[in-house]
Amino acid sequence: MSLKLKALLKSPWVFHLSTGSCNNCDIEILDCLTPRFDIERFGMILAGSIKHADVLLVTGSCNRQSVTRMKRLYEQAPKPCLVVAIGECAMSRGMFMQSYNCPVPLDKIIPVDAYIPGCPPKPEAIIAGAVKLIEKLKGNA
Amino acid sequence: MSKRTIVPIGPYHPLQEEPEFFTLTVEGERVVDIDVRVGYNHRGIEKLSEMKTFDQSTFVIERICGICSTSHPFAYTRAVEDIIPVEVPERAKYIRTIIAEGERIHSHLLWLGLAGHFLGYNTVYMWAWKLREEILDVMEILSGNRNNYAMFKPGGVRRDIKSEDIPGCIKKIDSIVPTLNMLKKAVIDDPVLHARTKGIGVLTKEEALNYSALGPTSRASGVARDVRKDSSYGAYDAVEWDMIVTQNGDVFDKVIVRVLEMFEAVKIMKHCLLNLPKGEIDLNLKSIPPGEGIGHIEAPRGETFHYVRSDGTNRPARHKVRAPTFMNLPTYKATVVGETISDATIILAAIDPCYCCTERMAVRNIKGKKLYTGEDLVKLSQEKTEKLRGKR
Repeated sequence: MSLKLKALLKSPWVFHLSTGSCNNCDIEILDCLTPRFDIERFGMILAGSIKHADVLLVTGSCNRQSVTRMKRLYEQAPKPCLVVAIGECAMSRGMFMQSYNCPVPLDKIIPVDAYIPGCPPKPEAIIAGAVKLIEKLKGNA
Repeated sequence: MSKRTIVPIGPYHPLQEEPEFFTLTVEGERVVDIDVRVGYNHRGIEKLSEMKTFDQSTFVIERICGICSTSHPFAYTRAVEDIIPVEVPERAKYIRTIIAEGERIHSHLLWLGLAGHFLGYNTVYMWAWKLREEILDVMEILSGNRNNYAMFKPGGVRRDIKSEDIPGCIKKIDSIVPTLNMLKKAVIDDPVLHARTKGIGVLTKEEALNYSALGPTSRASGVARDVRKDSSYGAYDAVEWDMIVTQNGDVFDKVIVRVLEMFEAVKIMKHCLLNLPKGEIDLNLKSIPPGEGIGHIEAPRGETFHYVRSDGTNRPARHKVRAPTFMNLPTYKATVVGETISDATIILAAIDPCYCCTERMAVRNIKGKKLYTGEDLVKLSQEKTEKLRGKR
C-alpha cells in the first residue's frame, strides 16, 4: 500500500456533494457525525472544501445543472480521492430515472468506489459502508 | 460612495446542505444587495407525478423534500380528496396529525441544530441533533422508517398505529420534554446567542405582509397566520393548542417561535395518541372523477400548497406544487441588506430555507422573455410521456 493511501485511511475527511437530492441522505450523513452515531471515532470529519477532503460523498440524482460542477469538483480533489454514492438516487437515479433533468447515473460521470443503498440509507448503513470501503482498500476484504 | 465588491457564495459551499448560489454585493463589511440563484436541485417532480397513478404519486411527492416528507403528501392527498370530494375517516385524520406533528418536532430541532452550527456554536448543534434521534425513534415505531414515512394515500393512511405501541411512544415523547426545556432555557438565556441573533435581520410586519411570508418567518414578525388555525384540517380542531406569535421579527424571535412550537407539537401529538378513535383508516377510493382540487397544510416552514387536476383517468392531468420557501426567499432583500457579512450567514439560514422544495421551472432567454409558454411545455411533456409509455 502506498504511503498516501495509508495516511488517507487513518482519518478520511469527507466532502459532501448534493447533486439534486431531497436532503434526506444529506441529513443522514450529518446524523452520522452527531453524538448517537459519532462517525468521528473513525477519524472522519466533514471538510468545508474539496481541497481538504479525501472522500467525496455524492447524494442525489445528478441533474443537468450539477453534472459540470461535479466534474470540476472531482478534478480539484487531491488524488487519491475516493467516491461514495449514497442513496438510491446516486446509485441508479431511483424513481427519477424517467425525469427529463436527470440524464445519466453517477457512475457514468465519475468513477465510484462504493455504493450505499437505501432511501435514505440509515446512519448504521453509512457507517457499515465506510468501514467496508476502508477494509477493501486495506486489502482485507 | 465607497468601493463595492461582489462576494459569490456557492453553489457548493459549506454553509448550507443544498446547492444554491448567492451573490452578495458588499461595501466594506455591509451587504448592500443580494441575489439568489436556485435551480441546482430541479428534478422534474411535477412531471414525474403526472406520469404515475394517483396512488403511486404519493411516493414521488414524498421525495420532493426529505425534511417535509409528510407535508407534501398531506397537501397532495387533501387536493385529491378535494376533487371527489370526500372526508377521510376520523382515525386516519388523527394518524395524519400525529405524523405531521412528529415531523414538525424533528424539522425544528434539525433547524435549531443547524442554526447553532452556522453561528459556530456546535454545542447547540450536537444537543439538538441528539434529541432529534429520540423523535426519529418514535417515528420509526409508528411508521417503520426514520424519514420517508409512506403513511399517506388518497382516502386515508396506509398503515395503522398499533395500540400496544402507544404507551412506548408516549414514554419516549415525555422523555424529550425535559431536554427540550433545557434547550429552551439555554437559547433564551445564552448571552452568546443573544449577541449574535437579537436585532439581527429584522423583518417588520409590513414587509412580512408585502412579501407574503409564511410560517414561522411571518409569525416571528407578528403576523398571526397558520393554516392549522385559519382553515383547520386533520384533528387540529379537536385539540387545545396555541399559535406562537412574536413581534420583533429578528433572528432571535424566529428561534423562539420554533422552539415554542415544538412544545405545542408535543402537546398535539400526545393528545392525538391518547385519544385515537377506533374505526376504519382508509376509504379504498377506486377512481377519481374529472375535476380540480386544492390542498393546503401548514408545513414546518409554512403553508404548502398543491393543486391537482384530474381528467377521469388514473393519473393526475396536472399537478402543481408551491412550497413555503418560494414565498420566504424574497424576504432576504429586506433582512440581509444593511447587515454585516458575518451576520448574513445566520440570516440566510433563518427562514429555514428548503431549496429542493422550491425548484420549479420556467425557461427564459437572457432578456427575461419566456421562450416557452405554459401550453408549449405541456405539449412537450405530453409528447415525452407518450414516447416513454410506448417504450415500456
